[in-house]
Formats: sequence, structure tokens, C-alpha cells
Amino acid sequence: MDTALSVHNLKKTYESGVEALKGISFEVKQGDFMALLGPNGAGKSTTIGIISSLINKTEGTISIFNHDIEKEFSLAKKDIGIVPQEFNFNQFERVGDILMAQAGYFGISTGTAKKRTEKYLKQLDIWDKRDEPSRLLSGGMKRRLMIARALVHEPRLLILDEPTAGVDIELRRSMWDYLVDLNKSGTTIILTTHYLEEAEQLCRTIAIIDHGEIVENTTMKELLAKLDKETFVLDLSNELNGSLSLSDTTLRVVDKTTLEVDVTKEKPLNDVFKSLDLNGIKVSSMRNKTNRLEELFVNLVRHVSNGS
Amino acid sequence: MNIAEQLTALKTILVKEVRRFLRIWVQTLIPPAITITLYFVIFGQLIGSRIGEMGGFDYMQYIVPGLIMMSVITNSYSNVVSSFFSSKFQRSVEEMLVSPMPNYIIVWGYVLGGMARGIAVGVLVTLLSLFFTSLTLYSFLVMFSIVLLTAALFSLGGFINAIFANKFDDISIIPTFILTPLTYLGGVFYSIDLLPPFWAAVSKINPIVYMVNGFRFGILGISDVGLLETYSMIILFIIGLYCWAIYLMRKGIGIRS
Repeated sequence: MDTALSVHNLKKTYESGVEALKGISFEVKQGDFMALLGPNGAGKSTTIGIISSLINKTEGTISIFNHDIEKEFSLAKKDIGIVPQEFNFNQFERVGDILMAQAGYFGISTGTAKKRTEKYLKQLDIWDKRDEPSRLLSGGMKRRLMIARALVHEPRLLILDEPTAGVDIELRRSMWDYLVDLNKSGTTIILTTHYLEEAEQLCRTIAIIDHGEIVENTTMKELLAKLDKETFVLDLSNELNGSLSLSDTTLRVVDKTTLEVDVTKEKPLNDVFKSLDLNGIKVSSMRNKTNRLEELFVNLVRHVSNGS
Repeated sequence: MNIAEQLTALKTILVKEVRRFLRIWVQTLIPPAITITLYFVIFGQLIGSRIGEMGGFDYMQYIVPGLIMMSVITNSYSNVVSSFFSSKFQRSVEEMLVSPMPNYIIVWGYVLGGMARGIAVGVLVTLLSLFFTSLTLYSFLVMFSIVLLTAALFSLGGFINAIFANKFDDISIIPTFILTPLTYLGGVFYSIDLLPPFWAAVSKINPIVYMVNGFRFGILGISDVGLLETYSMIILFIIGLYCWAIYLMRKGIGIRS
């Protein structure tokens, strides 16, 4: 399988002296759906900025589908689509014109550009806004416009920098479905997000960046397997009478009908339910107290902060 | 990108630029037409009628080429400086920077857009001038080539200004403090032969003198400077500014972090 993106020893020191990237290296395989996570200021947007030529690197190499981004600039650029974090289109231009212009910058003929503009505006459900100035769109529509714009030249690698920031739940889920379909059709996707539920649902591999260094780069499955303890919140169908303790299980009573239970690999959930059943406690529903990936993420980032 | 793709990209920027200045024609085409009409009325008819002839033509005929050139210079410059700075300000310049377009296509796209507005305003002003005087055409080739080259030169100037500009105030500093004084002192309203020898020599450092006189030669067949000097001066400036613009784009100054 081809490598969609290869980043090697990438360093960036801004003029202010801030060392944003300290020599990161990672690869993304063709067809992958990767999450690039990290706290604010970790270096995610700097990495994306350098890949998309909006930020000058200090050192290192980047290749897109084996084309060096400097030596084979044109070939590398044709294969990449960028959805930035901030709105970066002309607020006075019409929606359709923005896509037509973007296609033109990639050398796509007017006829093909028109067909693709229609195709992607329809897919992103903003075709009926094609003649409106972009400033009149809602926040969610502006996000979708940026996705359509990034796809108009049909890149093989799509990088989205927090695409669902400030988007309502319904729209976020429809964007997830769209990205999953796009990935299934062969587009490699890299996603940065602060919604870790989003990363866990969508992505197969993950890279966590903190203080300009990659602190984790693995598959989502392997990363989640590292979680040795999960906390579940149990909603009870009957009220608790007095205190409750179960052998080998850490639990906390939140209120008369809610329990928090820590589940470890050694003590699986089945055992906890058996113990609760023996004590006459019926569980009506349960949920994770926090997202699994969130727990791992916080631990990893905290670990690095303490270590540095 | 192959040649056909590069031409498509160039056409895209040019069409976008032309659409932009046509969309806001009340701001881009009407004000220079009004300003130059006032010059025709005040300097040409009211004052000009008392001045008499200059260079063998009546004063109105003498100043018309200079005024046309003045409108071409200011409009080519202001079109590019405001459009490119606006795309920097709104960050829509990133649409071009993430594309495979070479830097020279971006530069030429904006320069051609600036030239298009400069020439559109130039044609408008020329048509208005016909209400005040009759114009002959001494050499179409000289007139047309000088106006094209001058529009290209000042479009490049506007592009470089926009690269360095960080705020809207920065795009009016050069036009106000350099371009306008150089234009007024560039022989638009008078022949530099009327000046004392020292000031006539100083005037020849001003590149706008060559452009105004070259254009005047194309229309009236008279000039204070030689045609070879005129072309050399304009072409040297174009090459210098173009190389500077490409260097700035390659380094990402003002547009990349």
C-alpha cells in the first residue's frame, strides 16, 4: 500500500523563538483515516500549515504520495485538499464562484469545474446557496463550503483541521457520515479535533502531538487496549438502601439511584453485574463516565507535561 | 502543472479580478472619471484657455495624454494593492497558496487584473476627453505599448506594496506620499523644458516623466525625452519589480509564517 503522507524530522521555530515542532516524523498509509490530536498549541496546526505550504518549515522533509513537497511541488499539491480551522474564503464572493475559482487554481477546465462544483455543493447540501455571497451562510454551511472547496480538485489526501468546531450535533453527525463515505471511496483522511469521541468513532490510526513532539502514534485499537481502567456510570431501577460494597470492585455512590463503578481488565463488567445482582441491585442503563480516548489522551499529555 | 493548466489558473485570477472591479464599478470606475473630468474643466478649459499653446498644441490637448496616463497609473496600482491586500486580510490568498500554481502565475494574474482596470479607466477617460478637445493619434503602437507597459509596472508596484502591507493604512502610504507627487511632477501639466536646467535634470530621475512623455509622443508626436530612454526606463523597472515580487513570494514574506 502506498504512503499517502510522509513527514520526516519536521522542525519549526518561529521568529519569536517559539519551537513549535521539534523534529516530528510520522507516516499515513493510503486509505487510512487518521486522527492528529493534541492540546492547544501542541503543534497540530503548524504541522498542517507546513504540509499545505502556508507556513515555512525550519527543517525536515514532507512527501505526498511519494512526491516531495518542494522538489515535486505541483504533483504533491494536486493530491492534497485542506480544510483549515478558520474561515479563509472571500466573504464577498458567491458560494459557486469560490469553488469555480479553486478549481481554476488547480488548472481544472471550466466545464469540469462546473460539474464538480454542482456535485460537491449538492453532496454537502449547500447547492441552493450557490448564488449567495459566502458571508450570508450560517457557521455550519461555511464549514461545509470549505469541505466542498477542498474536494473540488478531487485530492487523494484530505486534511481537516477541526472541521466540526462550533457545529451542532445533527450537522456534526451528518459530516461524520460524509467523511466515512469519502474514506470508503478511497480518500485518505487526516483529522484534527478536540472532540475525542469524534476521533474514536471515525479514525483507525492516531498520532498524539504535544509540545512539538509525537508522544503516541499507533492504531486506535492498540491505543484503546492500553486503557487498564474504565469508569462506568450505572443508573439503577431501584433505590439503594444504606451503603454498598462489593469485593474486588471500586464503586462510589453518587446518589440513591446512581453508582460509579471502576472496571479493570482483571475484573470485567460481567463480574460486576453478577455482584450487583447478588445484592439485589438492578441496573436500568449504563454509560462511560468519560470517553475512553479522552482518558488516555489526558493521561498521555499529563505524563509528558510532568516529565518535561 | 502543464502549460494548459497554468493558463487556466492565470485566466481564473484575471477573470476574478476583472469581475471584482466591475462589480464595484461605483468605487473603481466612476471616481477617476469624475476626477479627470474636473481636471479637464479646471486646468484645461478655465485655466488652459489663458495659457495658450504648449509644445505646439493648445493646453487642453497637451495635458490630455498626461491625465490619461495619470489615471492608468493610479488605477493599475490601486487595483492590485487593494485586491491582493484584501485577499491577505481575509486569508483567501491561502486558496492560491495551497494550490499547485507557480508563484509567477499568481503575480501575473494580479498584474493582468491591474492592467485591465488601468486600461478600462484609461479608455473611459479618453472618451471623456473627446467632449473637451479633439485628439490625433501620432503612433498607435507607441501609445498602446507605453500604456500597457506602464500599467504592468504600476500593477507590480501595487503587488509589492500589498505584500508588505499589514493594515489598510499601509496601502495608501505609497500612493499618497510617493505616487501622487511623482505624477504631478512628472510633466503631466507642463513640459520639463520650461524648468530651469537643474530642475529639468532632477525631473529626469522621475520615471513617470518618461511614461507621460512616451504616451504623449504616441498621441501628439512630441516628447521631452527620447523614445529609447523611455522604453529602457520602463522595461528596467518592470524587470526589477517583477524579480522582487517573485523573490518575496518565494520567501513567503508577508504571506507565510
